[in-house]
Amino acid sequence: MGSVEATELRTGLKVLIDGQPYIVIERQFVKPGKGAAFTRTKFKNLLTGRNVEHNIRSGEKLEEADVEEKAMAFLYKEGDDFVFMDQQNYEQVTVPAATLDQDWRWLKDNMVCHVLFWNGRTIGITLPNFVELKVTHSEPGVKGDTSSGATKPATLESGATINVPLFINEGDTLRIDTRSGEYCERVKA
Amino acid sequence: MSERERLAGRVRNLERRALLLGAIRRFFDERGFVEIEAPILVPSPGLELHLDAFAVADSDRWLITSPEYQMKRLLAGGLERIYSLGKVFRRGELGAHHNPEFTMLEWYRAGAAWTAIADDTEQLVAAAARAVAGTTRLGALELAPPWDRLSVAEAMRQFAAVRVDGDESADELRARARAAGHRVPDGGAWDDVFFGVFLDAVEPQLGRERPVILFDWPRPLAALAREKPGDPRVVERFEAYAGGLELCNAFGELTDPVEQRARCLRDLDERRARGLPAYPLDEKFLAALADVPPSAGIALGVDRLAMLLLGAADIRDVLAFKSDEL
Repeated sequence: MGSVEATELRTGLKVLIDGQPYIVIERQFVKPGKGAAFTRTKFKNLLTGRNVEHNIRSGEKLEEADVEEKAMAFLYKEGDDFVFMDQQNYEQVTVPAATLDQDWRWLKDNMVCHVLFWNGRTIGITLPNFVELKVTHSEPGVKGDTSSGATKPATLESGATINVPLFINEGDTLRIDTRSGEYCERVKA
Repeated sequence: MSERERLAGRVRNLERRALLLGAIRRFFDERGFVEIEAPILVPSPGLELHLDAFAVADSDRWLITSPEYQMKRLLAGGLERIYSLGKVFRRGELGAHHNPEFTMLEWYRAGAAWTAIADDTEQLVAAAARAVAGTTRLGALELAPPWDRLSVAEAMRQFAAVRVDGDESADELRARARAAGHRVPDGGAWDDVFFGVFLDAVEPQLGRERPVILFDWPRPLAALAREKPGDPRVVERFEAYAGGLELCNAFGELTDPVEQRARCLRDLDERRARGLPAYPLDEKFLAALADVPPSAGIALGVDRLAMLLLGAADIRDVLAFKSDEL
């Protein structure tokens, strides 16, 4: 892989820091009045999901990380592993639960995600920003409670439990923002 | 985008900014300072390694990066209290806290120590806050004097756990920074290692409840400051930080023409070594230095001060036009 200079850092770029793969989330130009320019950069560790911030000096080079993204469909869960399939060549890969952080909560059969490979091994997935999931269980809302903002828990077909408005019923299909993990709207009653 | 949309939420800031400029002039006029309109087109824009000047096409002039050479010539000519409020220009500086043209306030006192300039700074910022915001209290931050005063070595020790003496090599400083757990890349000069640690660990901590005057800068960051009497490892220089923002930079001015020429030539050599433009020496400035009395002076970023007083996160919010809006 090639290397990139501090001023070339762009959101979405994947680089190696201390031997681990990171993705650039945010960047900002900073410069002390009497010093060199730096790019204050927020990175997400693609292995641990943790964010870090570093000031990269102009002229400093970072090595690009050999990270590949492949669109694959989720097939099933097997023990602690999640199995995905390439719909072009039917090749299957397993993604260990440990690398998924909270992302497993929104997976359902045949959902297409981007599986991340680093040096050929799977290190995680990128979900669509929005997914639609059916409610498998939720207690009926208390009649007469019309105060806005009141919520109740609901269990989704993926196994996740989230807070939803009181008018949601079992069997409804909901739109979820996977970045915040929050309910957006009811798609189908 | 219509102009109305572009300026939405900014009109009030621009009104306040105008008040700020008035308050600054009033502050200095009341104290007997003479306002100087510094030249914009100069034959030598200064040799500092990290300042890149705009060349003016078809001429032997550059846009000024700071009026300090000209202001010091006026001190040599007998003016004792002077200030300049105007635009300066620095290539490649564009970000949340930077615009390639910005408003610089400089003031100088002949026969005064840097501490007199530090006192001015505290009083000016407090006066500006009263004029613009009606109070010196901005959330958790109290701008009224006295401010905290902290040496650079003490700040680096306290916030970064790195010992800085000023006479260690770049490699030695790098080794100390790494031993304290900082991420420091290989290569780079002394100041690059220093600022890597400073930006990561120190600057964000500065001036949260009171602004901080950071003084006694290490020798490798001497710029145009004179040596501190009795300690050649540090120079008479301070910067003030408030709410994590760098507001200004001040010197007990270097007035030794021999030492000043030596520093200029070192910078020039380093510029050539790094493939940077080699600007001419300003011989009129160097010749005048011998007649400059012991003096202190400062450059303060007016846009930064406006950001601080108006709670702006981006310099755009206090400018009628940021460079990328033209």
